[in-house]
Amino acid sequence: MQQFFAFVQKEVFHILRDYRTLLIIIGIPIVQILRFGFALSNEVKNTKIGILDYSSDYMSRSLVEQIEASQYFEIVEFLESTEAIAATLRKGKTKMVMVIPAHFEDDLLHQNSAQLQLITDGTNPNMATTLINYISAITMEFQGRTLGNNAMPLQIKVTNRMLYNPQLRAEFTFVPGVIALVLMLVCTMMTAVSIVKEKEMGNMETLLVSPMNPLAFIISKAGPYLMLSLLILTVILWLSSALLNVPIRGSLLLIYGVSMIFVLGALGLGLVISTLTDAQQTAMMISLTGLMLPTMMFSGFMFPIESMPVPLQLFSHLIPAKWYFYSIQAVMIKGLGVQHIWKEILILTVFTVVFLTISFKKFKTRLA
Amino acid sequence: MNGQNSIMTEGLTKRFGDFTAVDAISFQVIKGEIFGFLGANGAGKTTAIRMLCGLSIPTEGHATVAGFDVYKSAEQIKRNIGYMSQKFSLYDDLTVWENIQFYAAIYGLDKKAIKLAGDKLLDRLGLRNEINTMVSELPLGWKQKLAFSIAIIHQPEIVFMDEPTGGVDPLTRRQFWLMIYEASAVGITVFVTTHYMDEAEYCDRVAIMVDGKIEALDSPKNLKQQFHSDSMDDVFYQLARKAVRS
Repeated sequence: MQQFFAFVQKEVFHILRDYRTLLIIIGIPIVQILRFGFALSNEVKNTKIGILDYSSDYMSRSLVEQIEASQYFEIVEFLESTEAIAATLRKGKTKMVMVIPAHFEDDLLHQNSAQLQLITDGTNPNMATTLINYISAITMEFQGRTLGNNAMPLQIKVTNRMLYNPQLRAEFTFVPGVIALVLMLVCTMMTAVSIVKEKEMGNMETLLVSPMNPLAFIISKAGPYLMLSLLILTVILWLSSALLNVPIRGSLLLIYGVSMIFVLGALGLGLVISTLTDAQQTAMMISLTGLMLPTMMFSGFMFPIESMPVPLQLFSHLIPAKWYFYSIQAVMIKGLGVQHIWKEILILTVFTVVFLTISFKKFKTRLA
Repeated sequence: MNGQNSIMTEGLTKRFGDFTAVDAISFQVIKGEIFGFLGANGAGKTTAIRMLCGLSIPTEGHATVAGFDVYKSAEQIKRNIGYMSQKFSLYDDLTVWENIQFYAAIYGLDKKAIKLAGDKLLDRLGLRNEINTMVSELPLGWKQKLAFSIAIIHQPEIVFMDEPTGGVDPLTRRQFWLMIYEASAVGITVFVTTHYMDEAEYCDRVAIMVDGKIEALDSPKNLKQQFHSDSMDDVFYQLARKAVRS
């Protein structure tokens, strides 16, 4: 027991004294969350748009007023002609031009259908989509308000109703994504690197020759990183709810529970990687390219898995972060309970058991 | 079993596939002696030492270390040996005292024993003023002495050293050997591998390994006589040039 505590204490010293790494590990998620939080409020709030209104009737003007009244858009220009659109967008400040055709009010009231044209700067496709969705939402609302609900046949434009995230707030995807990524980074890479460091510096041999139990070695190596990752999880959750107003709708206990399973698996993976190489650099490269990239690409938080080719979709099933990301999003954002994510929890548990088993086995055979 | 022997091997062999790294070596190390293990790189020194320390399971043969069988009682062996590698195995980002504390605990000393042994160690090395110094800031010679002292902090029966003086200047090496003599004087058996031939002269007896086999084993004096030369360097050269692999 005393060996164990001495080892944990040593690990904690390593972590605390390497303050640069510590700063990066805790700093990255904080910076990401802050940056995202503020960048979001600058970009999608008060986005500059232009209006080209051929109707200039009562309906069109009230629509424009309503758009201006929203916090999302700022109308900076009223254009005169179609030719001016391209010039305005090319300057880059104005992200979208809304064209209201002539006879907007007439069309809407008498033909039950009117059209709006949105010309968007597509250089940032994500933002363009977001802007279009915002405008659609405002138009819907405008419709409901001016014409009343019984005027439903009078359609301006139909838009999807977004469940859970009606404003399409990206931090709802982003926060669980950052959590998955950072936990993967801390647990897998840090564990792998710290063990390989012992090998590289020659301490490993001495430890193996000592009466210390290899199992105690593994546990005391992984323990501090487990604590560190739970601390980081807490920081991210707190920051995102305090600063970004991302709700934590589900059970906090469930979030931590699922995270523990995921983190243990990541630690196991780190241990497995540490048995593959004797150089810190290599361990880092394996962790980064072998884990970080697939985690980013196939967990579904950056690129929708549904739109990938089938082989890649199948491949994504092998990425633990995908299941973790889904569970966290389900619990945090949708407020779902354990009965809705038991399948994901089960899959994560299988991953964790497999990784830990392999790492124990590898550790033992290394002695032979 | 002979109670006077710290290490006893009989036909100890280690094969990796077709490659025989250690080929049926047999020798005894007497309690308290300084036993040198010489050989060119790749001669099988490290593999042999690893088997004796319980890090590697022999393919064939018998061996007992501190009276314990390497197959059955690897855990008992670990309790009774100290180990110092070429790289010293100290943690650069821990202080002198933290290193002492950590390894003493790993070797199974309790709090009181750690304090006692640690204090004694510091006084002997004259490092009392440096207890809060990071090991990274110590000169190489001090690190080496500290590493050796830590390797024997639990008063093991045998201490294994795998090229402990690599990359150290001659003066420091000499001082280091004085420490080895001290340890040997209090009854600790010293098993040391080296490829410095002047160090071989310091040993009570040396074994010279060539291609996984022990080609010669005797005191430096007898070996020199046997090979009609006036230095261990020459003895080693005569044997080592027969090597097929290197």
